[in-house]
Amino acid sequence: MSMQQTLPLPGVAPERTGGYRTDHLLVADMVRPGSRVLDVGCGDGELLQLLESRGIDGRGIELSREGVNGCVAKGLAVVQGDADTDLVNYPDDAFDYVILSQTLQATRQPKVVLENLLRIGQRAIVSFPNFGFWKMRLQLLIGGHMPRTENLPASWYDTSNIHFCTIKDFVQLCEEINVKMERAVALDLYGRPVPLNLPWWVWNMFGEQGVFLLSRGGGK
Amino acid sequence: MSNVRPIPSPQTPSDDRAHEADHPSSLVAKFGMDQPLKLDCGVDLAPFQIAYQTYGELNADRSNAILVCHALTGDQHVNNIHPVTGKPGWWETMVGVGRPIDPDKYFIICSNVIGGCMGSTGPASSNPATGKVWGLDFPIITIPDMVRAQAMLIDRLGINTLFCVVGGSMGGMQVLQWTAAYPERVFSTLAIACSTRHSAQNIAFHELGRQAVMADPDWRGGRYVDEDTHPHRGLAVARMAAHITYLSDAALHRKFGRRMQDRELPTFSFDADFQVESYLRYQGSSFVERFDANSYLYLTRAMDYFDIAADHNGVLAKAFTGIQTRFCVVSFTSDWLFPTSESRALVHALNASSARVSFAEIETDRGHDAFLLDVPEFLEISRAPSCWPQARRAD
Repeated sequence: MSMQQTLPLPGVAPERTGGYRTDHLLVADMVRPGSRVLDVGCGDGELLQLLESRGIDGRGIELSREGVNGCVAKGLAVVQGDADTDLVNYPDDAFDYVILSQTLQATRQPKVVLENLLRIGQRAIVSFPNFGFWKMRLQLLIGGHMPRTENLPASWYDTSNIHFCTIKDFVQLCEEINVKMERAVALDLYGRPVPLNLPWWVWNMFGEQGVFLLSRGGGK
Repeated sequence: MSNVRPIPSPQTPSDDRAHEADHPSSLVAKFGMDQPLKLDCGVDLAPFQIAYQTYGELNADRSNAILVCHALTGDQHVNNIHPVTGKPGWWETMVGVGRPIDPDKYFIICSNVIGGCMGSTGPASSNPATGKVWGLDFPIITIPDMVRAQAMLIDRLGINTLFCVVGGSMGGMQVLQWTAAYPERVFSTLAIACSTRHSAQNIAFHELGRQAVMADPDWRGGRYVDEDTHPHRGLAVARMAAHITYLSDAALHRKFGRRMQDRELPTFSFDADFQVESYLRYQGSSFVERFDANSYLYLTRAMDYFDIAADHNGVLAKAFTGIQTRFCVVSFTSDWLFPTSESRALVHALNASSARVSFAEIETDRGHDAFLLDVPEFLEISRAPSCWPQARRAD
């Protein structure tokens, strides 16, 4: 990203374990072997490659042309498309899991996207930056300006992230649209899990991002 | 108007080309009366022959064969000097040592389509029943007919499963038809700048081309060979019109703008004052040296009739239900003949069928013809099949 040169905040390289990003390994561990997975917003295809190495049948959608071309040249099954407009073209129950990694906040209609994820997939794995993270709160409270962090360095006027939420907000949305949370993990700045068994408010304060394994609620 | 110069006659008589129609400078597979090609129009075509070229070696388990399908005016000479024009093969950017489709790694097959004029049986071939050139007595052929003939050739070569079927434009239509007709025989595909059906606009352009050929008095109702003429003016006009559709406004502007051809000022005549006119005339006149006018009519017709969904109650996704083939679909931003929207419709249908599909749109101003040109981003993506595991054993 050329932007990084001019910004005061250096990007944080995500922690890696055995060559793979720690947060990707966490997501991959949520996927049962032998499943079919759709990665929405698959970027350069790193997570898809990890899934494929585990014998998982992975497909991707990516908005950016560079991302798509890189993935296709690597032999990955990735199509150029937009989460907001293209998910409707996928039939019900086409996948075991649909992954939406760090993309929810950039969609125009996060609620509709989330509903589509759980229509296409039996389960969804959603990760997003937590706007309740203490660094965010501090910048708005003390600094009086829109927060920017190492992982979200863009200014308010040039960010593609238009629908930020906190972990608490996301949990509330899941309850509202009758989505069952099977597993939830908060990650720190380096993509490492925040220790388990802490109350929600701690995660909402100290998690830089939230990762949720979701399934359809049985209520409706 | 002494300055008006019509499109010149070909420099050399088209004897070379006429000879190629029956006696191609390539490999030939002949099929006798006992092995007719069953055409969609109801005719059993027999005997017939398929002219083809191969590059590279078939491996021991016969799993490395790639079939290259040529476009409307292409032929089997993908990667060797053309026997009529003396020019390099038509897809040297894609096929060759170190290229995405590498003969050091794959056994590459390319056959002239049925209905073509470079050695596969078509309207320019001799009709064994009469001893004369087929002309308009040749039955109408379709894209599925072309693919059926290719399948017979592949059988003849002892290959069960093709590792990949590759093609752009009309070649891409054949690729898609292969997956619809013989899904179990195709491990993967690379379908470039194509569509699952020919659009109304494209049919309209083809009709323009055909009418230009048929309006030429030298066409003689299709019997020009018997009467020792050739409708080169009509065919050249058809080619000129078609060639415009293969380019883009931006590419024409970049290449020619409003620049004059070998002159400073307009001649106030209908001579080719502009470079773009001169270029088009050259495209038209060089084409007629190597292509048969009736063959052009038949092949454009085959494209017009192409509509995969029509064979599946209008539902495209049904054509690909349960398919195991890997698809790589590529389109170009400036292609207005087979625009990205057509590829996207195909990709949506493949997704709905849970097919394994990659899709990339390449940014270029070079129009439909971009697939034949040195477009690095496109050629990089075309290496995708080489990342895929070699075809599962055909057993």
